[in-house]
Amino acid sequence: MYIFFITNLIIGCFLAINRSKIIKNILLGIFILVNALFTLYSIKNIGLKGTFFNSDPLSVIFTTILFIISTISIFHSYPYLKWQQKKEREHNFYFAAMVILVTALNAAYSANHIAITWVFVEITTISASFLIYYRRTELTLEATWKYIFVCSISVTFIFIGILFLSISMKNSAVSEMTYDILMEKAQTFDPFWLKMAFIFIFTGFTAKAGLFPMYTAGIDAKDKAPSPAGAIFASGVMNVGLCGIIRTYAIIHRTEILSWSKTVLTISALISIFIASVYIMKVLNFKRMLAYSSVEHMGIITLGLAMGGPGIFAALFHSINHSLIKPALFYQSGIFYRVFGSKFINETGGFIKYSISGSLVLLFGYLLVIAVPPSGLFISEFIIFKEMFIQGKFLLMAAVMILITVIIWALGRNILKATFVPISGDDRSLEKPSFIESFPQLCLILCVALMGTYPPQSILKLLEEVVSMVIG
Amino acid sequence: MVNLILLTILATLFFIITAWRLVTYLQILSLQGFLLFFAAYLSLSSMNSANLLFILLETIIVKAVAIPFFLSYVLKRNNITREAEPIIPTFISLVLMVIAVIAIFFFSYSSGYSIFDNLYFVVSLTTIFAGLYIIMSRRKIITHVMGYLIIENGVFILSLAVGNEMPILVNLGILLDIFASVLTLGIFFNRIGDVFKDADVTKLQSLKD
Repeated sequence: MYIFFITNLIIGCFLAINRSKIIKNILLGIFILVNALFTLYSIKNIGLKGTFFNSDPLSVIFTTILFIISTISIFHSYPYLKWQQKKEREHNFYFAAMVILVTALNAAYSANHIAITWVFVEITTISASFLIYYRRTELTLEATWKYIFVCSISVTFIFIGILFLSISMKNSAVSEMTYDILMEKAQTFDPFWLKMAFIFIFTGFTAKAGLFPMYTAGIDAKDKAPSPAGAIFASGVMNVGLCGIIRTYAIIHRTEILSWSKTVLTISALISIFIASVYIMKVLNFKRMLAYSSVEHMGIITLGLAMGGPGIFAALFHSINHSLIKPALFYQSGIFYRVFGSKFINETGGFIKYSISGSLVLLFGYLLVIAVPPSGLFISEFIIFKEMFIQGKFLLMAAVMILITVIIWALGRNILKATFVPISGDDRSLEKPSFIESFPQLCLILCVALMGTYPPQSILKLLEEVVSMVIG
Repeated sequence: MVNLILLTILATLFFIITAWRLVTYLQILSLQGFLLFFAAYLSLSSMNSANLLFILLETIIVKAVAIPFFLSYVLKRNNITREAEPIIPTFISLVLMVIAVIAIFFFSYSSGYSIFDNLYFVVSLTTIFAGLYIIMSRRKIITHVMGYLIIENGVFILSLAVGNEMPILVNLGILLDIFASVLTLGIFFNRIGDVFKDADVTKLQSLKD
């Protein structure tokens, strides 16, 4: 596994110093190949335990998703960079940052030691900030600064959490902090310090996952970064936060403070969904709207985790589908932005006149993202609501349902306007994007629909394994 | 002896909360670096000597000398005005700080350990609180960076508490420190520094809904 990470790192460095176009393409080709090999290797060797990196079901799921999304992102980056018309050197920096981001994310997923996850989360902050600052305008600068600052503080919080965790293990004669040992010995830890550790680690990871206390950084990042990078932020980077939260939750799940931690998760989830619904009603920027919708979905996922049992299964299923469908919408919004030269809803409209395939992506993407069957999201939301019903949390259920209805209405209003209502008095002849640019998005949409109708048995089996890992 | 140093660090926090001039902030940051050097030397007694040497060198070079020196260079080059411009009056800040210290003392008492075992915990949490408070109550971006560095010092103190059992965590804390200093260096040496000249957060409000 080290070989893969080191090769990717070398590719990243070469990309940063390289000037030639051909070498850049070759390097990117090698990167995709190495990534594919890495994904295959970790799928083949589930259960492999290395010194620093493991290949367990959770990491395999996230790695596979990241491989799909990063490959499509590189494909979409070419038209985007051509449109921006920057110097060759800046293109190379962009790709280098993306390669290093993907590598760091993969390493963070498969790390078996909580401190190693932390180190790689730190690296994702740096590489992501390069991607956000790509356009070098004042607004991107502001977004970059906010992202760096909030993420640095959140990374510090995670570290404080790790320190508290180590204080809590003082009496249990454990000297290693690998997840396996932590889960095994969790019952002997001091509950007071464990609570502190959970609060800090959870708060720290919310900056990456896009949940309540620190969600702001992610919103600005997804809005201001180039759309192909925004797609990675909406899937890979959110999953790294989720991965950290799930692994910590798995430790807590074996101790007496489980019900307390469930309350924490529920509060955070409810406030996230509430914030998303409030902002999504008044937001005019297309990409910010999608980013707030991500916050909502993360809230639902966390709610699933808090419900426990089948809820955890549903949460993971939800995260898989969400990280396939949201990038599709982000890619399409990038094309949309290029066509109209604006991403504000009141300045755009009538997209169907310029691109039928693109409008189909927007429409189907909308239907799937609000969890209309056959979307995979429908199944997971249904399970989560059923679980809430069984546990008798009717008030919570009603609140979440009302908030989600508001979000569906607001999203629908904006997306339908962007697709069908032309801008009055506008007879510019705008660029018509080709079908091939919408093709990957349509594939992703098909995937999500398939996940909702005929979910592959192998994926379900993997998810069951993750659930049994968390519950123990 | 360690307790005395930790209490001195606690005292510097009160000083920095009430300070008006940015230069004072830098002096206090530097002083905290020196105090952390002694605290690390005294509390990490059972660590192997090469590692200890590395940690001590890092605290004295990076924390006590390099970062304050670099920030004062930034202050001079960008002609940043000298006042810290707190939003909240100093007296109220002081009262809040006192309340926070008392609350943290009681909180740590409730954990069931004796106070002196927990002095690391109390001082570090107070330091983290002070850092966050400075970030929230000051307008200039450079004071935000200083607040972050204070948080960093708090984390270092906390890592000293477990340093003898798990030396790797202290090293990771150092890594975080280096990461933060690289970021600050990067930000202020780059073009970003030119845009942020004397900037305060009121100029950073164009991204909103």
